[in-house]
Amino acid sequence: MHKLPCLGSAPPLSAPLSSAPLLSTPLPSTTLSSITLIAVALMAAAPAQARVLVVQPGADAQERLQTALIDAKTGDTVRLSAGRFALGDGLSLDVAGVTVAGAGPGRTILDFTGQKGEGEGLLITASNVLVRDLAVENARGNGIKSKGSDGISFVNLRVEWTGGPKASNGAYGVYPVASQHVLIDRVFVRGASDAGIYVGQSQQIIVRGNRAEGNVAGIEIENSYYADVHDNVATGNTGGILVFDLPDLPQQGGHGVRLFHNQVVANNLPNFAGKGNIVASVPPGTGVMVMANRDIHVFDNDIGGNNGNGVMIVAYPRSFTDVNYNPLPRAIMVRDNRYAGNGGKPAFPGGVEIAGALGGTLPPVMWDGVTGYTIPGGGGATADAGVMVSDGPMVNLNLKMQGAPPTAAQPALAAKATATLPEPPLVVLPAAQEARAARTAAR
Amino acid sequence: MRRLPVLLAALLTISAAPPPMVDAARLVDETPAPTLSAYRLFVDRGARQPAPGVTRYTLNTPLFSDYAEKFRFAFLPAGTSAQYTAAGVLDFPIGTALVKTFAYPADFRRPDADVRFIETRLLVRRATGWVPLSYVWNAGQTEALLKRAGSRVAVDFIDATGRSRTIDYAVPNTNQCKQCHQQGGDVTPIGPTAGNLNDGHQLAEWAALGRLAGLPAEPPRLPRWDDGSAPVADRARAYLDVNCGHCHSRSGLASNSGLYLRFSETGAAAQGIFKRPVAAGRGSGGLSFAIVPGDPDASIIVHRMASNEPGVMMPQFGRSLPHAEGVALVRAYIAAMPPGTAPQY
Repeated sequence: MHKLPCLGSAPPLSAPLSSAPLLSTPLPSTTLSSITLIAVALMAAAPAQARVLVVQPGADAQERLQTALIDAKTGDTVRLSAGRFALGDGLSLDVAGVTVAGAGPGRTILDFTGQKGEGEGLLITASNVLVRDLAVENARGNGIKSKGSDGISFVNLRVEWTGGPKASNGAYGVYPVASQHVLIDRVFVRGASDAGIYVGQSQQIIVRGNRAEGNVAGIEIENSYYADVHDNVATGNTGGILVFDLPDLPQQGGHGVRLFHNQVVANNLPNFAGKGNIVASVPPGTGVMVMANRDIHVFDNDIGGNNGNGVMIVAYPRSFTDVNYNPLPRAIMVRDNRYAGNGGKPAFPGGVEIAGALGGTLPPVMWDGVTGYTIPGGGGATADAGVMVSDGPMVNLNLKMQGAPPTAAQPALAAKATATLPEPPLVVLPAAQEARAARTAAR
Repeated sequence: MRRLPVLLAALLTISAAPPPMVDAARLVDETPAPTLSAYRLFVDRGARQPAPGVTRYTLNTPLFSDYAEKFRFAFLPAGTSAQYTAAGVLDFPIGTALVKTFAYPADFRRPDADVRFIETRLLVRRATGWVPLSYVWNAGQTEALLKRAGSRVAVDFIDATGRSRTIDYAVPNTNQCKQCHQQGGDVTPIGPTAGNLNDGHQLAEWAALGRLAGLPAEPPRLPRWDDGSAPVADRARAYLDVNCGHCHSRSGLASNSGLYLRFSETGAAAQGIFKRPVAAGRGSGGLSFAIVPGDPDASIIVHRMASNEPGVMMPQFGRSLPHAEGVALVRAYIAAMPPGTAPQY
């Protein structure tokens, strides 16, 4: 439980506060000058006088905070003081170039336990937004979502369902979708009933330095182009890090994802996702899972203690009617990872038998061996590039055709790949976005 | 309900009379008025009587808003007219105000008595685009005040069956207005499409008054959701269009879902038929498809419409009660679908 006291910061219900609930406070000159410099340097479009709108917890927090989020202009900061904000409805921000900053993820808490409406704790529908240094607790739907943002940064946050893993918890902790230039940096997510950190249908993404534990999926990159996922810890989830591509969506054909320098450890939590969702099919004990996609590189990670697969590479397993969709994983490179203690107790259908045939323990990498599929309406297609695993060892289930049941598996250990595949390019976010995110949190 | 003769008389009168009393300049001012009365859209303080030039209109199929009665009006600047468009909302001129008052009679069995106004929403077309504004009525029903951050209002009423009900009515904040009204990058009205306005005479009346140009002989007509004589699929799809299709469109807030509920959608998967959830999370309710033809109980769309729980319920806001009649309609639509071929794996 993170039941913080109010830290003595809840303001008295004084007349000035209630009549002017939103305090437009000039900063001390030293802070002001640095912020102004940054604002001028980084946001050419910003007005000359960036303001700081301070919002305190206390009575009418919902209306005062939402008012600040509506009143903010490009370049402004909505600063949330330390304390617990009891919120009865979702919040939203639709102004480009705004920073929403708390006093730290242990100090400024947006508490949605009493949420009565909306699908998110905080919904962002504007570009060049930075959310930092705060916590979102017990959102009834998703924690923080951005839709259609170009330049969206989530920095030093905590998104948590405090009652532990439960099917009634919200789906996603941090959830940028249909966004580009996405930065998720030093975010802690626990308890999401789908994915702690979920990036959907987005492009140019960096997910780094985060910790995801006790979620169904720790980190999930779905239908996205160009993501660097590195230096994260994914532990205690059902599945640690997933890279998926699904049909029937405006953006599909996911590609260009690099997973590296991550700790993917002991992801053995029973799956508590709602059936019907794709992550409900993730077996407990999964470290890294790649489904469909192309040009995915998994390297230099510590992958250990996952009872199923250290790394699982599979085709999309369900039937589909989208003629534009390719269900096969293609050009997948797995190299130079450190594996330890994976595969001892696989939970997926047939896993125990496969492990038994291979000496009792699954090899750290498993590929379903699907290389062909039937295009809806007729015609066949095969993978245009292979699965290259140079660390392993890897078991190939040799399922051959998309849709083949697990009972058709003909598991065989595969030789280590000696060739390599060209690596996707480094993701580089705009310098202004990185600099703004790197600024030391103001207290 | 319709007071057309009065309105017609009023409109005919103003064509030869002094300029309309609506403050057209105030409507398009960059700073919204703090009070609704400032626009002079109504002649009385309680906003029961529209000012000259303010025309009441109705829709075939409205958005469900916790059973609120809605009084809709359009104000177009003098001498202007809307341009007919076959798809989407009519092209209203700059200076247009679309006005919608949400109200509850104390007892729905006597809908014209004791009607309490909760809020009056405006969509004003400025030169820069449509702007949503919401005004919340005071207890005395004498004035409505601008509310940008939303609000909750306790409302009690007796429903049409005589049951006493209490709701926690939610006045949307400005961003929520945009969440529904935004398509692509632009805020737009939702209701007044030619099809939804076309009740057989309303469009022709607008055209006759010079407020609508380019009206074809046979404009499209969106079915009434409650017209028992219309095919259930048409009624249900009209209902889904109006209640869901603003977000669940290819340029709406839910575009990423791949579920598109506009009346004009033709693809089976896009309409939800055997479509799997993408980011529904626990909203799926443990079900596998948005719509399973012939099986409403297995259809996520029904589950979410019938839910009242944030994170599960659809629409995500704008109601605190399930719309029993709407759910029943969509259930009937799905139940009547031929079973079709379920995915094999």
